Amino acid sequence: MKAPLDFQGGFFLRIMRRRAERIVLDQAAVRRALTRIAHEILERNQGVNQLALVGIHTRGVDLSRRLAENIEIVEGVRPQCGEIDITLYRDDVGRTRTQPEVRSTSIPFAVDALRIVLVDDVLYTGRTVRAAMDALVDFGRPTSIQLAVLVDRGHRELPIRPDYVGKNIPTSHEEHVYVRLVEHDGCEQVVIERGVERGML
Amino acid sequence: MMFTQRHFLGIEGLSRQELLFLLKTAESFREISERDVKKVPALRGKTIFNLFYESSTRTRSSFEIAAKRLSADAINISASTSSVNKGETLLDTARNLCAMRPAAIVIRHPASGAPHLLAQLDKCPVINAGDGTHEHPTQALLDVMTIREHIGEVEGKTIAIVGDILHSRVARSDVLALTTLGANVRLVGPPTLLPPEFRLWGVEVHTDLRSGLADADVIMMLRLQRERQARNFFPSLDEYARRFCLTTQALAEAKPGVIILHPGPMNRGVEIDSRVADGRYSVILEQVTNGVAARMAVLYLLTTQERVAAQNYSDQSDRLDRPDRPAEHLPATVQEIPPVLPKRAVGQ
Repeated sequence: MKAPLDFQGGFFLRIMRRRAERIVLDQAAVRRALTRIAHEILERNQGVNQLALVGIHTRGVDLSRRLAENIEIVEGVRPQCGEIDITLYRDDVGRTRTQPEVRSTSIPFAVDALRIVLVDDVLYTGRTVRAAMDALVDFGRPTSIQLAVLVDRGHRELPIRPDYVGKNIPTSHEEHVYVRLVEHDGCEQVVIERGVERGML
Repeated sequence: MMFTQRHFLGIEGLSRQELLFLLKTAESFREISERDVKKVPALRGKTIFNLFYESSTRTRSSFEIAAKRLSADAINISASTSSVNKGETLLDTARNLCAMRPAAIVIRHPASGAPHLLAQLDKCPVINAGDGTHEHPTQALLDVMTIREHIGEVEGKTIAIVGDILHSRVARSDVLALTTLGANVRLVGPPTLLPPEFRLWGVEVHTDLRSGLADADVIMMLRLQRERQARNFFPSLDEYARRFCLTTQALAEAKPGVIILHPGPMNRGVEIDSRVADGRYSVILEQVTNGVAARMAVLYLLTTQERVAAQNYSDQSDRLDRPDRPAEHLPATVQEIPPVLPKRAVGQ
């Protein structure tokens, strides 16, 4: 008796999950958004002079590399790229259920007098960006810090706004936004998942 | 992957996954010491006691710097200037220190097992900074970090540990860490300082320096512990040096590109020749640099999981009811913990 029930449960859940997930950006849309952001960065900063990109782990790093490639295609010069891990700057150290992994921070240039563009995948509460700015100023005094995100899903808890946005996606707190990139996930899409599984179970 | 050990008492009992996680975390911390501002706010407001019952330069300053670079407050206590002189027992000292609500206690003690005794109090995480002739786990971490930095993964590599194995807590921790990670370990030393029982660890035992060093990728020299040589393990220092000192001649027959480690302090001219210690194959000072990162990782992983552990209990109240739990290990108010934790993906 047990096996068929398990099977039905699994089958049912799979359907629910598929229904609960909605693609908001596909591969082409992600590519277009990044191309546009690269142009906007160049326009705002009048070229790549004194410009550097810093990606926030994990997917922000991939996005910053792609933005750098796009900028290189347009300008012929690749801006400097760094990566930053904000784990040690979180405001919830020891309060979360999981212990976040500490990843490598690498800023292989002096940030003083540079215009830094922070790059992240999803902007939500703004706490990650706050932590990233704190981390960044520990390396020096940039001329300015700008923020580029692929998705702005709203619900800010801090006075932070992005300078470059791939797509604004209105969401509720119950929803999750996942950015999937080929480097990590083998596919290229942004999806919204409704938090129904918990309720169904 | 999470590090869920409450204390860091030894390498013994750590799984390969846990070791690799510790090493990966430690490698991420290395960059902080290269910055202009060598400080991150992770352990703000936390206090770390460094309780040292044995003299130490490297380990103590390394732990102190590690704590300070994580923004914790580090308090050093050495036995020679504390109430130990007035006859206070180790447990009483520990109870009193715990009453001051530290986030962790780092202890070095001449008696093997002293940190384990403190851990039984279970008031706060205990970190072993060397206990008697038992273990010195953070040294093993920094040694493996240094080796990995130079020759990559240790799996399948041959590592010769040379010298006073019998008295060396460093050797014990290193052997455990290296064999757990799949390295071939050779112990080299005079038979009196290298009893055959060491074979039980699954390592090769050599009593001749030349055969021990042949084809080794890494040579780890140990300090001859002169303070523990009461029982005349060898006829004279000179004779020991003639047979086991790592000189340029001995090194000439070693594998090209070998790296040389030493946990310090060095007895120059006894176990290692100055020209070798200061030579191009020596990574001894890099070990010291890596030591800070390794200790930062251990302090960070142990002191930030406090609340993590507290929240693993489904009912918060039974945790509050436990009188043996210092209050600071719990959130200031129960309301601080949301009933359902927000399920946000890391990085958002």
